[in-house]
Amino acid sequence: MEPIVIAKNLTKSYTKGLRALDNVSLTVDQGKVLVVMGPSGSGKSTLIRTFNGLETFDKGELDILGIKVDSSHDERKIQKIRRRVGMVFQQFNLFPHLSILENITLAPVHVQKRRQIEAEEYGMYLLSQMGIDSHAKKYPSQLSGGEQQRVAIARALALKPELLLFDEPTSALDPERINEVLDEMRRLAEQGMTMVVVTHEIGFAKDVSDQVLFMDSGKVIETSPPNIFFSNARHERSRKFLNQLDKHK
Amino acid sequence: MKTNQKILLQFGICIFLFILIGILINNLTINLLRTGLGFNFSWLFKPASFALAEHPLPYTSSDSYAWALFIGWLNSLKVIVSSLILATFLGTLIGFARTGKNSLLGLISAGYITVIRQTPLLLQLMFWYFVGFLGLKDNMFIQIKNIFNLSNQGIEFSGLTFSSEFLALLIGLSIFTSAYIAEVIRGGILSVPRGQWEAFRSLGLSESKGLIRIIIPQALPAIIPGLTSQYLNLAKNSTLAIAVGYSDIYAINDTITNQTGRAIECFIILLFSFLLLNLLITNTMEIINRLILKSQKYS
Ligand SMILES: Nc1ncnc2c1ncn2[C@@H]1O[C@H](COP(=O)(O)OP(=O)(O)O)[C@@H](O)[C@H]1O
Ligand SMILES: [Mg+2]
Repeated sequence: MEPIVIAKNLTKSYTKGLRALDNVSLTVDQGKVLVVMGPSGSGKSTLIRTFNGLETFDKGELDILGIKVDSSHDERKIQKIRRRVGMVFQQFNLFPHLSILENITLAPVHVQKRRQIEAEEYGMYLLSQMGIDSHAKKYPSQLSGGEQQRVAIARALALKPELLLFDEPTSALDPERINEVLDEMRRLAEQGMTMVVVTHEIGFAKDVSDQVLFMDSGKVIETSPPNIFFSNARHERSRKFLNQLDKHK
Repeated sequence: MKTNQKILLQFGICIFLFILIGILINNLTINLLRTGLGFNFSWLFKPASFALAEHPLPYTSSDSYAWALFIGWLNSLKVIVSSLILATFLGTLIGFARTGKNSLLGLISAGYITVIRQTPLLLQLMFWYFVGFLGLKDNMFIQIKNIFNLSNQGIEFSGLTFSSEFLALLIGLSIFTSAYIAEVIRGGILSVPRGQWEAFRSLGLSESKGLIRIIIPQALPAIIPGLTSQYLNLAKNSTLAIAVGYSDIYAINDTITNQTGRAIECFIILLFSFLLLNLLITNTMEIINRLILKSQKYS
């Protein structure tokens, strides 16, 4: 099994003394889904944002799709990584001044230099896969949150990425809209997409993930298969966190 | 406030305004009577009998005052429009440098903005005129194959000449205004949510492509109003032309006032000249603004 993500001893501080990442190591193999959980402020976003260079780190090494980067944050390598890694954000971050289809074709045309027609055809295919091709000409503000997030997934897929990063993709959605996004993610996992997903959706993690990584205060507390993590977590901290999640439901 | 009090207050303000306008009209008529000139504009068509160093259209001292004023207005328009373009160009560069990722460039541009904004414009104009141009030798200072020629007479560039007065004003106004425009640009860029930067970066778009396609289109609605008010300031500031001896509308108007004693008529002409300039700027910007909003159907 070919590893897609290898992180070794990643360490990062935004402010002196406070570690957002503290010696984080992990591996994600091709076709696997890693779910990252942990309380707010534990460093989940910081971690997955280092994977596509949105965040720098102070110490450690990263190997993404065979491209190795370190704390020097080599822009050329980061750019190479970004062409092969897609990301979906909590707040969707669609471009409000571009139509849905333009949002999707922007990177294929301007980064991969594909022909406009070809990019549009593939964009329409991705939208129809998600059942939202009728919205192609609309603008993001005319769509519901769930639809916007699915467009964001299509936008990330348009570059035919080899790794997808999700940072709490359903946290900003109305409860009745969450499943339409999770279903798309399940579909992608079934097709063999390698994914790192920060989420608190236990059902999704149980069904789809291969490993659950639990973080607290920038440290990896444990990495376990979901059946073990959710029924018999190894660490006291993980069990406490899961108890609290249950109470909130 | 109760309605009674409101009505009383409005009534009071009305009476106050009436008295004020009355005093002004009274002073005006008394002054006009005292000068014994009466209020008319027929003198406009008498020969101006002064020379103008700079005239974009043909002009001799036997031309009328009206023509001289129009030449002055054109001179103002010339320096305002060219400063406006140069200031926008400079200001945009500095604004981007200020917001960009390069910390050295950011520091330099922050320093530039601070220094320029802390020094009076008049001083800066004097600097460019007396140090920048009159400081040069009168024989050719820099000469490149008779095409480009810089001396204390200004610049000659393949047949076109720019006087040192015009250039000092152009450079002074442009640099001064660019510092303010840089801040307007920076404010506009910062008004775009951080998520938009993250989104285009995560898609592999370069910083420059992301700026052009994603950030600037969203920043423009916030930039245009600030830009308009800087352009209006620039137009008003251009009257400092008189300090370096450039014949703009204000300087020519001043000369004519002294020569004819027609202070009130000249003042009214000046008022309308600037009204026209400002309307020109505001309306052009309004059109640009509407074009932008139209191209951004989402808002
Ligand atoms: N841009 C930033 N500047 C300073 N501190 C930050 C920044 N982003 C995150 N942090 C801090 O880093 C820690 C981890 O944050 P984050 O990765 O966002 O956690 P999570 O995604 O798990 O909620 C928190 O203490 C947070 O306050
Ligand atoms: Mg987060």
